[in-house]
Amino acid sequence: MPAVSTFPDTQDAAARAICAQHGNRPDALLEILHETQSQFGFLSDDALKAIAHALNISRAEIHGVVTFYHDFRREAPPGHVIRLCRAEACQAVGAEALAHHAEKRLAGNPSVGLEAVYCLGNCALGPAALVDGELKARLTPAAFDALVAELEAKA
Amino acid sequence: MSAVRIFVPVDAAAQSVGANEVAAAIAREAAQRGIAIELVRNGSRGMFWLEPLVEVETATGRMAYGPVAPDDVASLFDAGFLAGGTHPLGHGLTAAIPYFAKQERLSFARCGVIDPLDLADYEAHGGLAGLHRALTMQPQDVVAEITDSGLRGRGGAGFPTGIKWQTALEQPAGQKYVCANADEGDSGTFADRMLMEGDPFSLIEGMAIAGHAIGADTGYIYIRSEYPHAVATMHRAAAIWHDAAPSPFRIEIRVGGGAYICGEESAMLESLEGKRGQVRAKPPIPAISGLFGKPTVVNNVLTLAAVGDIMAKGAAHYRDFGMGRSRGTQAFQLAGDVARGGLVEKAFGVTLRELVEDFGGGTRSGKPLRAVQAGGPLGAYIPASALDVAMDYEALAAAGAMLGHGGIVLFNDSVDMAKMARFAFEFCAIESCGKCTPCRIGAVRGREVMDKVIAGEDRASNLALVEDLCEIMTDGSLCAMGGLTPMPVLSALRHFPEDFGRE
Ligand SMILES: Cc1cc2nc3c(=O)[nH]c(=O)nc-3n(C[C@H](O)[C@H](O)[C@H](O)COP(=O)(O)O)c2cc1C
Ligand code: SF4
Ligand code: FES
Repeated sequence: MPAVSTFPDTQDAAARAICAQHGNRPDALLEILHETQSQFGFLSDDALKAIAHALNISRAEIHGVVTFYHDFRREAPPGHVIRLCRAEACQAVGAEALAHHAEKRLAGNPSVGLEAVYCLGNCALGPAALVDGELKARLTPAAFDALVAELEAKA
Repeated sequence: MSAVRIFVPVDAAAQSVGANEVAAAIAREAAQRGIAIELVRNGSRGMFWLEPLVEVETATGRMAYGPVAPDDVASLFDAGFLAGGTHPLGHGLTAAIPYFAKQERLSFARCGVIDPLDLADYEAHGGLAGLHRALTMQPQDVVAEITDSGLRGRGGAGFPTGIKWQTALEQPAGQKYVCANADEGDSGTFADRMLMEGDPFSLIEGMAIAGHAIGADTGYIYIRSEYPHAVATMHRAAAIWHDAAPSPFRIEIRVGGGAYICGEESAMLESLEGKRGQVRAKPPIPAISGLFGKPTVVNNVLTLAAVGDIMAKGAAHYRDFGMGRSRGTQAFQLAGDVARGGLVEKAFGVTLRELVEDFGGGTRSGKPLRAVQAGGPLGAYIPASALDVAMDYEALAAAGAMLGHGGIVLFNDSVDMAKMARFAFEFCAIESCGKCTPCRIGAVRGREVMDKVIAGEDRASNLALVEDLCEIMTDGSLCAMGGLTPMPVLSALRHFPEDFGRE
């Protein structure tokens, strides 16, 4: 792998470096967790241990924070993630039927994960989804299948 | 001749329907034809059904074309759109499109007009005037001006902004904070996002004015993680602001963790301190003891975005819009099954019917409208027969509804209101912070009981149980999450009893 990463590539070393960049401030915990997760896709035990140590907070405290927020993962995610909006404005244009379709389409597919999210701020153009961070609009089952096929081709 | 300016929105919603591909196609086509253009990535005008909305600057004004697909680009050039030529996708002057022309744009005056990250463009369009004036005034006079304007918080509760600032100003000098609440979790709302992506400096300017008014030199913007585009834009805007330093005010940006409750101000403060987003008991109020225990003004993005305009034009100008105790303008957001979805900034007092029918054009599906949910997931369902209510805090409250953050979601006649009531409980169960029992337990019980109602089990007694649960949640919850979940549930039950098996 080319050495483009500015961070060390073990989770605990990376986490320590990220903490240091934030001055080891406990109030920056969410930022630190986000950055660590964005580098590795999830938060390992090693990373959390390193962060707790660097910020001088207890493991229990960090565990409490990580479990409180829906965003944080403790396991490696699939290669692609589709976050489908399930909130009211998207429900009004068929998000529930789309979600059922999506579950069926992705059943047993290890490379594309499906998650529920509640509003992406694209409520005038629903059903909406974030696909690997890219915002999508007016999704139909056919459009969904095309998206998945594209992701599978990339996988 | 200088290069023609073409505008293609960079707004996330515009991108979701292909704005980046359209921008690339325009650049390619212009290069192929050897035509010099200047491509500006503006924010959105908020007419989302027309996105990607491409605008061309002509001698008579900006001409609109949309929704443009990459395949349309060659024909636009052929039609001479660079000189405003006619084309099937053309709408004439953007400013004359009725949806836009009928609005009263104060807070969103620049959104969709300027390059969001060009501070000089911002200033050329009236930006910074409010800050410059405020900096010549005593803090107490700035607070008085905001109080006089009648501005009330746009995050949901509608609390008078001037009173909040006054409280923070009166705290002993020392570290104080301004926090912008950009958690915008309500389904059917996107105004904060649109503003942050389309006119980010107006938020920062409002915060800097608030900072001068209360004696704070630092502000935090708490943005939900579901808005990656807004987060990126605000980071860049903050860096530009710090470089140019039109005032010494400093901005820090924090990203949420995907928890709806972190929009509640005390949960947001906990989250900003790096903790679980659990609601704090009140008192003390944040204006006295907020972030890190310091006096803190927490305001919604739209509240702060209104401040620059108020300070630039004076309190009276703002106050002259609106009705009753709802002064100024509100950014209404039309969403769900709506033909012309988007943002409508109008003076308070416009009716729900005008918004839904005249602006929104009814449903996108063409099916009959059945219900509207106003004010987000904690807001009431309003039947299609009751749209004549005026959109103002008091009139809505009198109708058993609320304005919230200004979201308006349209549902057609295929909606099952018992399922929507169930969803209200489910959402509360998922998003409850768990601090108090009525909400934590009530929401889970409510969902279970609604499942029985939907299955047709012993409906009369189960609905009585739903009503009891709602009473307990309304009376016993620590915050409006549990306290207002009964609003969508009971309004659905009241207006659509047939969906619940009641006659
Ligand atoms: C469950 C819940 C969620 C909330 N979500 C938001 C939100 O996303 N954005 C917001 O500005 N206010 C939200 N609020 C209101 C805030 O608690 C607070 O009243 C507001 O940020 C104050 O700013 P304002 O006076 O400018 O409206 C929420 C309140 C509750 C109870
Ligand atoms: S009502 Fe719900 S969200 Fe609010 S404090 Fe109680 S448990 Fe937390
Ligand atoms: S409700 Fe789906 S994007 Fe807002």
